[in-house]
Amino acid sequence: MGQHTVIPFGPQHPVLPEPLHLDLVVDDEVVVEAIPQIGFIHRGLERLTQTRDYNQFIYIAERICGICAFGHSLGYAETIETLMGVEIPKRAEYLRVILHELSRVHSHLLWLGLAADAFGYESLFMHCWRLRERVLDVFEATTGGRVILSAVLVGGMVRDQDAATLNMMRETLDGIKDEYAQLCKAFLEDSSVRNRLVGVGTITTEEALDYSMVGPFARASNVNNDVRMLGKGGYADLSDFQPILETDGDCFARAKVRALEVLQSIDIINEMVDKIPDGPVFEEVKGAPVAGAQACNTLEQPRGECYYYALGNGTKYLERMRMRTPTSINLAGMAQALKGCDLADVNMIVLTIDPCISCTER
Amino acid sequence: MGFASKSPWVIHYDASSCNGCDIEVLAALCPGYDVERFGIINTGNPKHADIFLVTGSVNEQNKPVLQEIYNQMLEPKVVVACGCCACTGGVFHDCYNVIGGVDQAIPVDVYAPGCAVRPEAIIDAVVEGLGVLEQKAAALKENQKKGA
Repeated sequence: MGQHTVIPFGPQHPVLPEPLHLDLVVDDEVVVEAIPQIGFIHRGLERLTQTRDYNQFIYIAERICGICAFGHSLGYAETIETLMGVEIPKRAEYLRVILHELSRVHSHLLWLGLAADAFGYESLFMHCWRLRERVLDVFEATTGGRVILSAVLVGGMVRDQDAATLNMMRETLDGIKDEYAQLCKAFLEDSSVRNRLVGVGTITTEEALDYSMVGPFARASNVNNDVRMLGKGGYADLSDFQPILETDGDCFARAKVRALEVLQSIDIINEMVDKIPDGPVFEEVKGAPVAGAQACNTLEQPRGECYYYALGNGTKYLERMRMRTPTSINLAGMAQALKGCDLADVNMIVLTIDPCISCTER
Repeated sequence: MGFASKSPWVIHYDASSCNGCDIEVLAALCPGYDVERFGIINTGNPKHADIFLVTGSVNEQNKPVLQEIYNQMLEPKVVVACGCCACTGGVFHDCYNVIGGVDQAIPVDVYAPGCAVRPEAIIDAVVEGLGVLEQKAAALKENQKKGA
């Protein structure tokens, strides 16, 4: 047993677009322990509720994270709607689900690309991002933004989408589906991908439950925890929703869950576009939350379950706003998955939890 | 010193951005915008880089990291602040943990506004940065001549 060496990983690292620092305690080439250190991008957004009223804060909520931007504005708006006891029009609920699933498609394509880059398959990386550009074009056509959409308001949506736009959305997605099938084939059948991912960073179902992991990370270890099953908002009207589960719990299973979820999301969008009812999309919310009123809400973000809590104080400014984001929970599981892995696999394992550090630190 | 501006290599660091600008920086490097056709390549090594793309605002924790990367880059070098947060602090300007824009930590040559900054704006800023790079290279050469 030799002496342990500590290798710093990050905060600036080619594989991560975000600053995450890990102290890797290694024995020879094997990682004995990984100690995550965060705090590089803490801004202190929750406190901004003191200076922004509940309508203004939605733009801050959206900028918690640029990848799940739509999800955060949606989760925040739903929390405030629960807090104030307002119902939003049905059409707005459907539009929210459509855009939320579309952002899941974009987020998963982004992740698949980064994962391909991490195991050195650069052409696959480029193809994933090429497809993703087309999803961003749909965002731009429907909301005007590529990344930060500003599409949700407390009480509904900013603007309605006409039938032609919804049709365009569906046609684009159908076009993506064919090309995506080829990418999926590369991810799921290519031997170079399998050699790199199968059996790496395994997390058993028991461990996933012990560390209360969420999202695709947990679903790859056969933990059925998709919050969309609760059927909130437009999800209630889905004819059939079954979360995608895998049993192996390794990096390959995590990639597979995400790869298949893209197809599932496209199906959900198509169903929602078919079923969308007519009517208004926005109802103005008046007044302020009652003092002491509390509300909580969960939402399945692309990275997993995100939990929101709000406390009113009788004014337009919230007393407290709190979010528990998926990555902050999954970091503990990641440290577990890193134990005993090869040093060369570290970037792959870190990436398979789909870390979103700006969500975590806010 | 024309070769650096013909094929400038960029390095990217996320100071404390929301990711929005980071993925747009990456999108500029990928098909769709594909700046690689101009010879711009993303690198992870500060010593190989000519242009430093910074997203997000500065705080006490990441200030030394930012300065370290900047100091490791060789002269001549150009810093591009990508996005409103990197320019001034943006929507987070009054957060308790935000000092301000990137210019609070390192000298910035080009500012690219936008929330999130669009890939077109990043490309535009990089092209403008190339002019600055040429000037800095010329000045460096002049100084070397004087020294010799």
